[in-house]
Amino acid sequence: MIDIQNLTKVFNDGSSRVVALEDVSLRVENGEVFGIIGMSGAGKSTLLRCLSVLEKPTTGRVLLDGEDLAALSGGALRCARRKMGVVFQGYNLLMQKTVAENVAFPLKLEKGYDKQAVATRVQELLSLVGLADKASAYPAQLSGGQKQRVAIARALATRPEILLCDEPTSALDPLTTKAMLALLQDINRKLGVTILIITHELAVVKAICGRVAVISDGRLAETGEVTQVFTNPASAETRRLLGREE
Amino acid sequence: MAQFFSQYGALLAEGVWESVYMTLATTAMAYVLGLPMGVLLTVTKRGGIAAAPRFHAVFGWIINILRSLPFLILMIFVIPFTRLLLGTSIGLNAALVPLTISASPFIARMVEQSLEEIDSGVVEAAECMGATRWQIVTRVLLVESVPSLLRGLSISIITILGYTAITGAFGAGGLGNLAYRFGYQRYQKDVMYACIVLLILLVCAIQIIFDLSARRADKRNR
Ligand SMILES: Nc1ncnc2c1ncn2[C@@H]1O[C@H](COP(=O)(O)OP(=O)(O)O)[C@@H](O)[C@H]1O
Ligand SMILES: [Mg+2]
Repeated sequence: MIDIQNLTKVFNDGSSRVVALEDVSLRVENGEVFGIIGMSGAGKSTLLRCLSVLEKPTTGRVLLDGEDLAALSGGALRCARRKMGVVFQGYNLLMQKTVAENVAFPLKLEKGYDKQAVATRVQELLSLVGLADKASAYPAQLSGGQKQRVAIARALATRPEILLCDEPTSALDPLTTKAMLALLQDINRKLGVTILIITHELAVVKAICGRVAVISDGRLAETGEVTQVFTNPASAETRRLLGREE
Repeated sequence: MAQFFSQYGALLAEGVWESVYMTLATTAMAYVLGLPMGVLLTVTKRGGIAAAPRFHAVFGWIINILRSLPFLILMIFVIPFTRLLLGTSIGLNAALVPLTISASPFIARMVEQSLEEIDSGVVEAAECMGATRWQIVTRVLLVESVPSLLRGLSISIITILGYTAITGAFGAGGLGNLAYRFGYQRYQKDVMYACIVLLILLVCAIQIIFDLSARRADKRNR
């Protein structure tokens, strides 16, 4: 379970000061598909980077199963990170490694890993994402959707509790997006992995999310069940996203 | 022509061998020093995986100072050190000392440049998977940059070959030494021209071999 408490993130590079997130609190329960939606520049990626400990909160806390992520370092931090899988918008695959090697990468970080077990797990993951026949291909030979599938397989390798996805479909065409969302839903249902999905597309949230948080200018505009929030928007930002601007 | 080769062939062959020996030995030693230096420069940068901006600035300055010394001056400057190390300051092996000292900082910058080309997102992905800094260096940085490192290696070898010509003029042997002795001291232009042709052939061979291997190593273009 992820518990975000009064998270504020300020970027201060000398002259300019950007408040990317301001007093954001929300909770992602185990097993749900949670969406975070907002316009470009709203602070969505910053939120995800705080969750994956690529950024430290300026104030406030991010708790993973009750543990304050910012307080961890060394082995404890690496351990916590392996409980979260991250899927990036730009895939971030190793371009000089095959698909199978990319998926095996997180597994081979462990000391004294079992070669046979890794090979089996990689096969299993590639079948799960529908890329069993691409094991020895290189990322440059794949389409965007296929690359994102590799990234998802890689993120799932360590059997994380939660999958953090930053705009996983915004570089994909509508048909590929649909297949990608179906895959994520499948992963949630079959493996019970919690999914946090960040997006600026309403359709993505409507398609697979149970609950949604709307974020605008670094602040939380509203949170709730998707059906509730979209049929009965409480904030101006939600109405704007729905295209029902006053 | 036949007469020229029967007279000077052995000498030229020896010159080629000496040049190649100095170049390869220097390259190997300079990479032993320069590769870790380049990695250190990259990881200590602001926002790097072992950010230490002050250390980075000081280290960068030291490398810049070493690089700004003309090779000829450095070579004379390190003579006492060479003597201390090898007991002599002349000959093939003695030349390796200034050559290595001069090439290492150059290689450090080449390596840094190669590592810089890697998308920071890939490094962040590895961090998110729980990789240690050492694992990031050995499994991401040095792996993703292989094609670029190979291209840097070819530039380094050619540059070092150029340096060996200077040590050659100072009696260290090699094609530079031949060209200097025959072309400059004895006005025997034919030997000098032969040396120049051989040097050009060497450079071309190095360039072709490494361009090819860099292209074959790069999995991004297929
Ligand atoms: N490293 C950074 N330094 C300075 N400002 C940043 C940095 N990262 C993000 N920002 C700023 O924070 C705000 C939110 O950015 P981001 O989280 O990327 O938004 P989103 O993902 O919703 O489009 C933007 O105004 C952006 O310019
Ligand atoms: Mg973003």
